[in-house]
Amino acid sequence: MQLLTSSVGRKVLMAITGQLMVLFVIIHMLGNSSIFIPGGINAYAEHLHALPPLVWGFRLVMLVAVAIHILFGVQLSLENRAANAETYAVKNLKRATLGSQSMLYTGLLLLAFIGYHLLQFTIRVTPDIVAGVDAQGRFDVFAMVTNSFSHGIIAFVYIAAMVVLFLHLSHGIQSFFQTMGWNNNKTLPVIGKIGTVAAVVLLLGYASIPLFIVSGILKG
Amino acid sequence: MSHDKTMTLTLHVWRQKGPKEPGKFETYEAKEVSPDQSFLEMLDEVNEDLIKAGKDPIAFDHDCREGICGMCSQVINGAPHGGMERTTVCQLHMRMFKDGDTIYIEPWRARAFPIVKDLVVDRGALDKIIQAGGYTSAHTGGVADGNAILVPKEVADYAMDAAECIGCGACVAGCPNGSAMLFTSAKVSQLAVLPQGEAEAARRVCAMTEELKAQGFGNCTNHYECQASCPKGIDVKFIAKLNREYLKALCK
Ligand code: HEM
Ligand code: SF4
Ligand code: FES
Repeated sequence: MQLLTSSVGRKVLMAITGQLMVLFVIIHMLGNSSIFIPGGINAYAEHLHALPPLVWGFRLVMLVAVAIHILFGVQLSLENRAANAETYAVKNLKRATLGSQSMLYTGLLLLAFIGYHLLQFTIRVTPDIVAGVDAQGRFDVFAMVTNSFSHGIIAFVYIAAMVVLFLHLSHGIQSFFQTMGWNNNKTLPVIGKIGTVAAVVLLLGYASIPLFIVSGILKG
Repeated sequence: MSHDKTMTLTLHVWRQKGPKEPGKFETYEAKEVSPDQSFLEMLDEVNEDLIKAGKDPIAFDHDCREGICGMCSQVINGAPHGGMERTTVCQLHMRMFKDGDTIYIEPWRARAFPIVKDLVVDRGALDKIIQAGGYTSAHTGGVADGNAILVPKEVADYAMDAAECIGCGACVAGCPNGSAMLFTSAKVSQLAVLPQGEAEAARRVCAMTEELKAQGFGNCTNHYECQASCPKGIDVKFIAKLNREYLKALCK
């Protein structure tokens, strides 16, 4: 099938799966920010896990999306490297950005982070985890997260990972629109700005949690 | 011509005897360069000195020397065609440089463009992409009446903007992925919007993108370096158009 082999077809699959992940990180960020409401995140987690078919359906879609995105991301990047093996002695790039040039690396770093993150807060096997229940007998997500993020090094890793996500999305969000063909010379600069703003909002939204905890503003 | 202010420049030029030979930079001094000369005229004089000294002149491609044939292909200080907006190497004037400047001159570099000699590369791969679908099928016969098929002005303008591509390959040379997507998209877009080309639009976009891959060009990751490198200002909106055409073609 051409969609799985051609230059544009594989890009479109990357764009769609990438955008699914963007939708996921937006929803995930909104869910996480319930940590700033007293008792909020424990209630949120309780409601979410009361619906196993929803959770597992979501996980399955994300797993497939991540797999497709990585497979083609690595494959296309290797092809691109082969197509441009000999580089220039002098380089004078005009429009490529740090984000656009580091997509494969930021992507692989994100993969490593996703692995760590799942081991930590989903599978809960990292040594920092405190797994208890709150006054209402719910699993205490708040205590778990505040305890883990009170370790400076863990807070730092999370903030660094969100900077990496910012770099990936500073290129990726606008790239999605171009790849899907939903773009022209008038929309391109606007979409570029929207992409950057969205990437900044995600960075601030996510990084604020470990920042507030490690600095002692949000206490467990 | 007045030669009151000539320049002396140091050139580092990529020299390579043949496709399989190893290449390296050679350093030359360009003396008494007039600001009124074009970049190619400057190189002509360097070559005359080389010939007088019994050395092999620098091989470089050129033809029209008026910015329309797309032959001149040099990466100058890291930018295809020297990086001036909408300017080919032949149209690049020496007044853009200062006395004492050092200039690096390299060939287009991409796997799909093998080096023939020095700064000359084989850009035949672009022709293969055109042959795969960059045309409209028409029965030959008498010359058709120019106004037999009416084309709205905006459509004609759009097609003309895309048709400005001179096939020089700077977009490939400037692309970090060695992709020819801008070149391909210009032809796909030009023909897709015209009534004469519309009928074959689906077959064309599939065939041309397949050929692009077969010729060893990379995939587009939207760096937009191609537009910045293009001497004709071909817009990346045509790549978005190609992607639209591709998605439309799949559904059929
Ligand atoms: C899991 C490991 C990941 C790898 C190896 C990876 C790798 C890549 C690569 C190589 C590209 C192509 C660059 C381009 O075409 O612009 C890309 C694009 C993209 N990525 Fe990722 N990425 C990963 C994770 C993510 C995550 C977590 C998100 C979102 C939260 C994401 C969102 C995107 C988007 C939106 C695009 C642009 C789609 C396009 O137009 O092609 N990626 N990724
Ligand atoms: S799109 Fe521009 S840079 Fe590419 S071949 Fe055509 S004229 Fe040259
Ligand atoms: S020599 Fe024809 S475009 Fe430069």
